[in-house]
Amino acid sequence: MTTMTIAKAINEGLRASLTNNPKSLLMGEDIGPLGGVYRVTDGLIREFGADRVVDTPLAESGIVGTAIGLALRGYRPVCEIQFDGFVFPGFNQITTQLAKMHSRSGGKLTVPVVIRIPYGGGIGSIEHHSESPEALFAHTAGLRIITPSNAHDAYWMIQQAVDCTDPVIFFEPKRRYWLKGEVDIENPGPASDPFQAHVLREGSDATIVAYGPLVPVALAAAAAAEEDGRSIEVIDLRSISPIDFDTVTASVKKTGRLIVAHEAPTFGGIGGEIAARISERAFLHLEAPVIRVGGFHMPYPVAKVEEDYLPDIDKILEALDRSLAY
Amino acid sequence: MGATELPTPGINGTGLGQQSPAGGASGDPAAEMIQLLGPDGKLGTDPVFSDYAKRLDPEQLRGFYADMAKVRRFDQEATALQRQGELALWVPLTGQEAAQIGSGRATQRQDYIFPTYREHGVALTRDVDLAELLKLFRGISNGGWDPTENNFHLYTLVLAAQTLHSVGYAMGIQRDQKLAEANGSNDPKAAVVAYFGDGASSEGDVHESMVFAASYNAPVVFFCQNNHWAISVPTEVQTKVPLFNRAKGYGFPGIRVDGNDVIAVHAVTEWALEHAREGRGPVLIEAYTYRVGAHTTADDPTKYRESAEETAWRGKDPLDRLEKYLRNEGLADEAFFEQVRADGDKLAAHVRSTTQNLRGPNFRESFAGVYAEPHPLVAEELAWFEEYSAGFEGDEEEGTGN
Repeated sequence: MTTMTIAKAINEGLRASLTNNPKSLLMGEDIGPLGGVYRVTDGLIREFGADRVVDTPLAESGIVGTAIGLALRGYRPVCEIQFDGFVFPGFNQITTQLAKMHSRSGGKLTVPVVIRIPYGGGIGSIEHHSESPEALFAHTAGLRIITPSNAHDAYWMIQQAVDCTDPVIFFEPKRRYWLKGEVDIENPGPASDPFQAHVLREGSDATIVAYGPLVPVALAAAAAAEEDGRSIEVIDLRSISPIDFDTVTASVKKTGRLIVAHEAPTFGGIGGEIAARISERAFLHLEAPVIRVGGFHMPYPVAKVEEDYLPDIDKILEALDRSLAY
Repeated sequence: MGATELPTPGINGTGLGQQSPAGGASGDPAAEMIQLLGPDGKLGTDPVFSDYAKRLDPEQLRGFYADMAKVRRFDQEATALQRQGELALWVPLTGQEAAQIGSGRATQRQDYIFPTYREHGVALTRDVDLAELLKLFRGISNGGWDPTENNFHLYTLVLAAQTLHSVGYAMGIQRDQKLAEANGSNDPKAAVVAYFGDGASSEGDVHESMVFAASYNAPVVFFCQNNHWAISVPTEVQTKVPLFNRAKGYGFPGIRVDGNDVIAVHAVTEWALEHAREGRGPVLIEAYTYRVGAHTTADDPTKYRESAEETAWRGKDPLDRLEKYLRNEGLADEAFFEQVRADGDKLAAHVRSTTQNLRGPNFRESFAGVYAEPHPLVAEELAWFEEYSAGFEGDEEEGTGN
């Protein structure tokens, strides 16, 4: 076991992928000598050279589109998109090309491309630097979407994304980049399946599902609720597409109550999908409607007021109160 | 990255890419165009490309004619099939045979081709079964053929998306070759051809693909068929300078070739592919041609262009001029042309019968290809669909008396 930040864990995971798989390579703007604006690729160009750690022109469609071509030639490119709000020039390539290449070819072609996107708010940045566009990608069949919430998962999940034959969008919770945690680099343990949700804390009165940046918030809310005598189960979803509904359903059947928390706007979001599925799967076990905690139906607000926008402990506790009141 | 480690881009001494913009001295937009075989069927000369034309033997020249005639006949048959309701849509290529056969025949087996959606002639040169090609247009497949079999990628309907794939693929070739050279391998060097049209040249992806290709000196030949009309919008709305001149801005050679001259198209494409394979970087070829028919069978060109324009271009027909040349030079006799016609009819009959027998897939197969690895949601939805469908089995039996 070693302790490291999430950013370092992704860096180490990428290093392991580049070492273990000669066909893997990294692509993105500023990922070379600078090591990425968040230094996630720090030092890798020195170690693996400029053909494996490719500093690209500033063009997101170009990054994703050429990665598709490299994948068609047998490579496993890992693209870095600098910020969530800048993925949209590459959205066409991701949704109309990357996601569909395998099905269009009747399974003859695979495009094992990974797209790393630092996402979410809470860093006090400016416009287009704090968005949570995961639902837009989750709606597209053919893509897999995962997001780690801790260093151990970050280290293993990025490698699993590179190994996956399907294209993977790897959302990195940027405001947790500096969150430290223990990483077992010998053994993934329960992290061996990146598409499985993890029960991080057991409880009996209600379940909170969160992922990525909101997992520490959900855990803190559960701890606060415990002081009020409430026993709250917390699930780290880890995979946004596919969603491990079995783990969530089992938890809801036990607790009877479900809160889904994410930073993205609630309307049309992942929380709504979870609420609908759980209503179908566990309707008779529910003691209260599924309650969503998330962003408002507005463009991501300016940094000076983003605290009002972001789900926090109090908003989750308020949702718990409403749920428990039924 | 590779910009430093891989070979430095540079325009060689041919002067290609240095031509003055169209409408300059002569005012004729096609003035700088490379042409070897004129509409009169006479072979001219060119300081660079005549040497390439000399490589062609009579057998190859007859082959070019046979290919062009075959794909035109195929095009007519597919258009008829669409009119008869056998195809959902057809994208005719008549008029562009020389651009496609000339360039396709210049490629080698190890090269990889990224077509747009009108490259039926290029498909023919890559030995793709043309009936497989029709699956897309019959609405029974979103692809149709195995792209890895003939190094001919699936058609791409989102304009220009494939130009980026081609550059990435070329970057992969570069890396493979570097490794092969380090291992002392003598495998033939490969390049990529990216096809797109004058309409697609306005898409951002074409720009980004040229930036990436130049930055990494990727072995890719951009082959733009300027057929003058992006559905109803003329080339003048897409660009204020001749398209081939854009290459200069990216730092690699651009060539405009008479796209109705199969010999010149073959020559410039061979030159460009050699340039790319030898590690000297990308090339843009603009094949100056004309879409004689509609954009697709859903289109009506009489609404946006004069028939005189079409008539003028028919006078530059790629088949007619090669036929004249072959006859004048005594390289083909009447028996040859009769055989070509007979082969065309045979192909048309094959395409017709094969198409009519192409059955739609079972809907369940649509679940299979969504992901390469097992996916619980797809499995769950398939299971639901099976159960749902099973509920109708009894009804059908009652209804049909089976």
